[in-house]
Amino acid sequence: MPMITIEKVSKWYNPQFQVLKNCTTTVEKGEVVVVCGPSGSGKSTLIKTVNALEPVQEGTIMVDGLNVTTMKKDLPKLRSRVGMVFQHFELFPHLKIVENLCLGQTIVLGRSEDAAQAKAMKMLERVGLTAHAQKYPGQLSGGQQQRVAIARALVMDPICMLFDEPTSALDPEMINEVLDVMVELAKEGMTMMVVTHEMGFAKKVANRVIFMDAGEIVEDAQKDDFFGHPRSDRAQHFLSKILSH
Amino acid sequence: MNYNWNWGIFWDQTPDATGTYFGSLMSGLQVTILLALCAWFIAFVMGSLIGIMRTLPARWAVFVGNAYIEMFRNIPLLVQLFIWFFVIPELLPGDLGIWIKQLRNGPFIAAMLGLGFYMSSRVAAQITAGINALPKGQRMAGTAIGLTTWQTYRYILLPLAYRIIFPPLTSEFLNTIKNTAPALTIGVLELTARARSMQEFSFQVFEAFSAAAAIYLVLSAVVTIVMRMIEKRLAIPGFSGGK
Repeated sequence: MPMITIEKVSKWYNPQFQVLKNCTTTVEKGEVVVVCGPSGSGKSTLIKTVNALEPVQEGTIMVDGLNVTTMKKDLPKLRSRVGMVFQHFELFPHLKIVENLCLGQTIVLGRSEDAAQAKAMKMLERVGLTAHAQKYPGQLSGGQQQRVAIARALVMDPICMLFDEPTSALDPEMINEVLDVMVELAKEGMTMMVVTHEMGFAKKVANRVIFMDAGEIVEDAQKDDFFGHPRSDRAQHFLSKILSH
Repeated sequence: MNYNWNWGIFWDQTPDATGTYFGSLMSGLQVTILLALCAWFIAFVMGSLIGIMRTLPARWAVFVGNAYIEMFRNIPLLVQLFIWFFVIPELLPGDLGIWIKQLRNGPFIAAMLGLGFYMSSRVAAQITAGINALPKGQRMAGTAIGLTTWQTYRYILLPLAYRIIFPPLTSEFLNTIKNTAPALTIGVLELTARARSMQEFSFQVFEAFSAAAAIYLVLSAVVTIVMRMIEKRLAIPGFSGGK
């Protein structure tokens, strides 16, 4: 059974504008799938439909065997098991780093304050930020904030992780510290769906690459096939543009 | 201008022989402060509720919130006070209406409700603006870690929104204090009413209203200073208003 199944999903922002057109794909357990494509192609929207942050009008999305598209009451519980990392980090600015990591654990998972703290410190150590536990997000660099955001998702013991352009708001010298954490995660067997333009990351750890354009999944291929000989003109064109430097 | 200045008038006895004019002004100040605090409580609670409603995804909540704001914001405060004091008791079933009209604190209660609901529309508009000023991703991030809508408001959106709107909220509280003055028209013996009765009995119009003006100024200054201190305390390092 795949971890994530997206089947014939369509979404409209208004009757005139269709952002997703009949998208179908799957992410197997332990698989790393990179979603790329030009801006405005619907990749961020697609990834946000997986934990129902964006509702869809047509189609079905299953996560770990549960139908997300029809779920209502149990959505918060499901979301707590799906880690999400945003382009602009979205740490909670009024909470200390360690409090950012404890909020979901205590309120959603019902862990004790002590257990949550211990888990938070363990994850901070993992992303190399123990020294910053008592600081506020605004006192950290972008790269550090994004690593905290990844740790905030990991403390919830997620069954899979969604990344929505996790490095595109970062200064170049900070991109690698975030990618390193993600590569390590992938190597441990975490199921990941990653929207990114970092083709180096895709080449290194992705199993599959999905290419989107104008709301459609144009290409859904094994990594080597995608980078070796993409079948569609649009994907070839896109690759020639971003790999030329 | 022939005018007999008499700054010692404040220590003269009032005609009803219950104390000095100074004491009378002070009791007026007490009523002003009490009225402002009670009205502010209503304004803050109702304003928060309505302000939050206008940011919910549900269309009907936004509609109700907007209608509430338009109604209480666009009817003059004086008219609202008259409605609460003269009209509403008439609309209530017989005995209840009479009971309310005979309440000793009737004018105070009407003024509290009138001012409270009037100011709540302004507070609501501020709360909405504060919540909408937050990045959309904050709500998403809360939702994504599994918080319910209410929890997202409680732990993330509101603590941030209240901090952002703290300065305008301070000024709404100052407005609430100043807007207690019209309550004299329905018989609340607050500061302005006391100053007017002092002028009527003693004919020392300049002294009476200078004193009232000075007291309002001092009161506002104290509130401003206290609010600044609270604001500094609430500031988040690295966030707007923080160090």
